[in-house]
Amino acid sequence: MYVAVKGGEKAIQAAHELLARRRRGNPEQPEVAVAQIQDQLSLAVDRVMTEGSVYDPELAALAIKQSAGDLVEAIFLLRAYRTTLNRFYSSEPIDTDGMAIERRISATYKDLPGGQVLGPTFDYTHRLLDFTLLAEGNAEAELSEHATAERMEEVVARVSSLLEQEQLMVREEDSGAEPADITRDPPTYPADRSARLQALVRGDEGFLLALGYSTQRGYGRNHPFAGEIRIGEVGVSIIPEELGFEVDIGSIRVSECEMVNGFKRQADGDVKFTRGYGLGFGQCERKVMAMALVDRALQASEHDEEITSPAQQEEFVLSHCDNVEAAGFVSHLKLPHYVDFQSELELLRRIRAAESTPTEEEPS
Amino acid sequence: MNSIQQQRQHWMSVLARAPSDLLYRLSDEAIKEIGFEIIRAPEIGLTQVRARMGNQGDRFNLGDMTLTRCVVRSEMDTLGYSYIAGRNQQHALRAAQLDALLQTPCMGEALQERVIKPIEAALEQARSAKQQETDETRVDFFTLVRGED
Repeated sequence: MYVAVKGGEKAIQAAHELLARRRRGNPEQPEVAVAQIQDQLSLAVDRVMTEGSVYDPELAALAIKQSAGDLVEAIFLLRAYRTTLNRFYSSEPIDTDGMAIERRISATYKDLPGGQVLGPTFDYTHRLLDFTLLAEGNAEAELSEHATAERMEEVVARVSSLLEQEQLMVREEDSGAEPADITRDPPTYPADRSARLQALVRGDEGFLLALGYSTQRGYGRNHPFAGEIRIGEVGVSIIPEELGFEVDIGSIRVSECEMVNGFKRQADGDVKFTRGYGLGFGQCERKVMAMALVDRALQASEHDEEITSPAQQEEFVLSHCDNVEAAGFVSHLKLPHYVDFQSELELLRRIRAAESTPTEEEPS
Repeated sequence: MNSIQQQRQHWMSVLARAPSDLLYRLSDEAIKEIGFEIIRAPEIGLTQVRARMGNQGDRFNLGDMTLTRCVVRSEMDTLGYSYIAGRNQQHALRAAQLDALLQTPCMGEALQERVIKPIEAALEQARSAKQQETDETRVDFFTLVRGED
């Protein structure tokens, strides 16, 4: 229990001013602009949008600037801003088949229709610090001008559909069910998969990464292959009631991971690969891979698997994956607990006094 | 679905995706003599973005995105609507005004030529430049077994 205390207004004011000065840093250095953060720290922006649950790169960049680069704080800021806006519509489901692909790789087929496209990736970099960036040199190489003759097809076939055609993988079926919305109704357990996925999108990348990793190390093993990873833009459309037809409102950039997981005998008697799905805003490949691993682990009961590990326990995962909630509850320990602590202190003293070994007296 | 509605869906999409500066530059002249009544001033809100499990299964909520909407009535008595990703109110207002004018027989044709087609060309050019950058990172993994069989 904590209690309200009064006073300290001047100190609080001074602390806020100090924070603002520290955030600004050395005034002799140029101030970093929100547009620069949006452009040049775009992966941080993407993480804040995904976990902050609002696609708006400018707002996410502003939150990063305001939080001096503390991404969990920035996510909190974006979530708080989100609550000030009305939700006008729910979109039609986005279609990642029609994605304008910037990156598309598969670890299950080397020659697949549509090809493998690396896009902007840290893979294959040497992870050596590039000191030309420190020297503010123009490290970026001009893209060579030889255009490849071959152009990507508009719609690139999915790896999962290849396996489905051969009846080798469980199909995702559309039951037409209205999706759960955990922003309106907190999840109840057992949770619907739509609620789980929504929570995982907003879930902390570090937490999900660790859980995904734990499944690979044997805590809820589900034998994953990165069937397909895609990054690119997809259109978003809504059907406003006043018009009654579908209207395109623009594009968002998303990352998607389809994990192909260990096969299981299905209810119909066939043995098929199972699957996990990950999707997030912007370029967030590590996050969507972790999400897909955890999505699959959380399907344990659907696949009659024994639930033995943290990544398989949906209540554990869903109620601890949100870093805004987690940070809030951990942070509340900083609030005054003076009365609470006094009673503990009293109790401890009484216990010690009652024990008849008065070798040393507690200082009062 | 009729073709008039399809045409309208098309120009609404182009107006939504237009770079704001280009949109203003191409349409400043066209709208300046026309009176508009604001029915719903540009208003910023959210759209819940939905996706499908594995892109084909049940729907789930991915998160929200910002959206600005606006409704105007032109002096020719046509209603113009706009729904634009992001928070640019000026863009939403202009798109709604143009949606109203594009529905009029007197201005529709000219605006298609002077506003919609140039924006489409710019969008296509941007798309194609991006596509080319991406295509350069296409891989050919060489393996020991490779060929027609």
